[in-house]
Amino acid sequence: MKNSSLWIRTAIIAAVTLIGIYLVIGPRGAIDANDFTWQGIKNNVSENINLGLDLRGGSQLVMRVKTDDYLRTLTENNQNAAVLAAQEAQLPVADGSFVAENNNYQITLNLTDPAQAQAVIDAVKQKVDFSGWTESTNGNQINWTLPVAAQKVLAAQAVTQAEQIIESRINAFGVKEPTFARHGATDSGQLLLQMPGVDDPERVKELIGKTSKLELMKIVGPPNPSPVQTYPTQEAAQASIAGAPNRRVLVYTDRDAPLPASPNQPEPPKQYVVVETPAVVDGNELRDAAAVSRTGNDSDYQISFSFKPNGAQKFGDWTGKNIGNYMAVVLDEEVKSAAYIKSQIFDSGEISGRFTKATAEDLSLTLKSGALPAEIEYQEERTVGPSLGADSIRAGVAASVAGLIFIVIFMLIYYRGAGVNAVIALILNMLLTLAGLIVLDSTLTLPGIAGLILGIGMAVDSNVLIFERMREELRAGKSVAKSVEQGFDRAFITIVDTHITTILSSVILYMFGSGPIRGFAVTLILGLLINLFSAVFVSRTIFMWLLERNPNMKKLSI
Amino acid sequence: MFQIFPNINVDWMGWRKPLIAVSILLLLAGLISAVGRQLTPGGTNAFNLGVDFQGGTFITAKFQGQKPSEDAIRQELQNVGVSEAVIQASTDKQDEVLIKVPLIEGDAANQTAEDAASQNAANTNQSTDPSAQIAAENQAQNNLVNAGRNKVREALNTFGKEAEGTTALTDDPNAAYKIVGTDYVGPVAGEQLRNQAVIATLLGLVGILLFIAFRYDWTYAAGAVIAVFHDVLITLAFFSIFQWEVSLTVLAALLTLVGFSVNDSIVIFDRIRENLRLYRDRSLYALTNQSINQTMSRTIVTNGLVFLSVLALVLFGGEVLRGFSLALFVGCITGTYSTIAIASPIAIWWQDKLGAAEVKRTDVQKTEQLASASRRSVSRRPIAR
Repeated sequence: MKNSSLWIRTAIIAAVTLIGIYLVIGPRGAIDANDFTWQGIKNNVSENINLGLDLRGGSQLVMRVKTDDYLRTLTENNQNAAVLAAQEAQLPVADGSFVAENNNYQITLNLTDPAQAQAVIDAVKQKVDFSGWTESTNGNQINWTLPVAAQKVLAAQAVTQAEQIIESRINAFGVKEPTFARHGATDSGQLLLQMPGVDDPERVKELIGKTSKLELMKIVGPPNPSPVQTYPTQEAAQASIAGAPNRRVLVYTDRDAPLPASPNQPEPPKQYVVVETPAVVDGNELRDAAAVSRTGNDSDYQISFSFKPNGAQKFGDWTGKNIGNYMAVVLDEEVKSAAYIKSQIFDSGEISGRFTKATAEDLSLTLKSGALPAEIEYQEERTVGPSLGADSIRAGVAASVAGLIFIVIFMLIYYRGAGVNAVIALILNMLLTLAGLIVLDSTLTLPGIAGLILGIGMAVDSNVLIFERMREELRAGKSVAKSVEQGFDRAFITIVDTHITTILSSVILYMFGSGPIRGFAVTLILGLLINLFSAVFVSRTIFMWLLERNPNMKKLSI
Repeated sequence: MFQIFPNINVDWMGWRKPLIAVSILLLLAGLISAVGRQLTPGGTNAFNLGVDFQGGTFITAKFQGQKPSEDAIRQELQNVGVSEAVIQASTDKQDEVLIKVPLIEGDAANQTAEDAASQNAANTNQSTDPSAQIAAENQAQNNLVNAGRNKVREALNTFGKEAEGTTALTDDPNAAYKIVGTDYVGPVAGEQLRNQAVIATLLGLVGILLFIAFRYDWTYAAGAVIAVFHDVLITLAFFSIFQWEVSLTVLAALLTLVGFSVNDSIVIFDRIRENLRLYRDRSLYALTNQSINQTMSRTIVTNGLVFLSVLALVLFGGEVLRGFSLALFVGCITGTYSTIAIASPIAIWWQDKLGAAEVKRTDVQKTEQLASASRRSVSRRPIAR
């Protein structure tokens, strides 16, 4: 009876060990002769274990979508559109204003005739989407307020949209094996991008971070043949508006001005133009964009774009009415080029403005993926070159091996025969922890190696607790069989208590910690759970085998 | 049998006052260091916080050929306007230099921010133009992100050019250096990580407190948790006194040592609980001493081994693990010590108060009362065996 339970224990241990060995050093495909060579095993191990970016090298970015900016722009645009809609319907709206700060987004329209309030609301709502906003009237004023719940919904939509756009940009750029996901609290608006093997993320960052908002706008000023109406300073441009609605000042750099001879020389002076809002068409209407060389020279590229049918129709109508007027191609609030309209244009245009091949390609790529709903800001960047990662692996492994060798030697000298049990348990613990990481598809990071080392420390502690207890029982004059039994039973309670406390704090670490700390918590939790098997179950089975072979053992090597 | 301490009989509880005094002295030294450094104008801060917690840029640069001295690099950084950089030679790799730059509001960032401000001012009297203003602010912010690395590049370029793009340093004989690692943490992310760290630690402690209270008693839980606080504070005291850098990995180490210290306390508490049932006629004072002595060889062996593994980490773990190793190194010593000097005395002192009896070695009259008091609280939960 006792014998059969011993066999069952042995079978379980053998099965778990074999599965562990297979998971760590076995191939994922069909087994071939190569898998039994040293090199083959090494290849399999490095394929099976996912190394974190800190060990294999790569770049990690945490970015936040500026949802507050998004809501602010939305509020501003709605306000402009509302005023325009009311004025087009010939309703008595004097002006509008908006508040956008501290989670408070409100639009106010001032009426000259309060009796017409309902008419204004109806007219505005036909043109502007105010779903989710609460409206109220107060004397001469109509207010639209965005409640906090609706703010959250809109912000979440903006983040989702940004996520999709950034993802398509990353894929188009050809980053290898990227991981891209939400990060932090649900409403934090944070996104995490990991790019293995990338050690200079500047270009990717530029590409991702571009809002790439394209707008075609009418420039205010006399038509051709007079030159474009520009102003030398912002103040002058601002003054020329003189209170007219729907005007905006933008920076304009003339592309035909001579290029600075060297990068150290100052840029040509800035000029300013006044444009009409809202834009005639914007980037949402784009069908395609491509980088083309203007003069066959690598440093002189431009971007040609074409519109979807709707946009083309709008653009065609407008250009037909504005022949001779100047139009600005505005990219991210900067006028890239200004040209007068020679004839009606329907579906295409171009952006010129001193692009190199690389910048033109990146820009056309971001234009195609669509404009980001809001700017993103980088909150964290961690880049590890491949050589630094390899050094960290070497240091971590060297420290672990040094510690392990010392522990093994000590256990063998101090506990003799029982020390062999401890060593088997330790090796099994390491093997199974790695197998556990593979099963969970978890990555091994530098803090993860630290967790592994601490797991080993706890494993040693379990063995020491058991062995010391056995020695005490032996000293108290009990038989070998009794001492083994009591040693395990008594120490087991302590081991469970210590393990549960540490697992508990590791689980909390995992829940509230971030990336690197999580890696640490996962390996430690795995190591501790496996330890209950390796240090208690396996070690006890070995003792049971010893006693089975020699039931009247007088002296235990411990 | 080869034994380190076959039979020891030390009156640990008799030493509790001097031991607690040592702890208080260490804590005071840490407090003086932290407060003193914080209050000294122009001096260092209470803690040498890494970029993880205070924001900034941390750069690892690898040199080829002649490596410039730390002073030379500091000088060059000052020339480009970075005055508060911390430059440190890597202890284990001769050709690497670690440079820590605080959050920069350098020329580039300032310039754009000023632009934005003037634009803003120009706009206030007219219809405001928030989009343009936001765009300018964003530009300033993204400049801020790259500023640290660019400044360091600018400074290091005076020593020779950097190996470009993905070329390895050794493949480019003309290059003098290459930036092999960058950690940038923005002000918001830094604050987030800091809060997360504090919350995780406190919740971890609450979890431990509840678990020990459930398994043993509130008095023991209090003893263990106060001991853990003590260990964390003493480790922090060392970090303040020696100005070792506190980074995310140090936090991981602090949490590890929390587990480790509680582990040690539990081993002894477990033995006290067992002895209480075996020797009903002995005082709690004597039993605590006895339990500590009985588990002493385990304490020495385990902690000795852990200590040596941590020593291996300190010696061979490399620069990246340095903070982690140092924190564990200190924590592993105080963790062992605090179980004997802090956790056990507090637990029995509290038990003693509960039992309304005095702890006296020779007080035979009161042993029954004491034992029952402790039984009441400690052995309330029968242990299934």
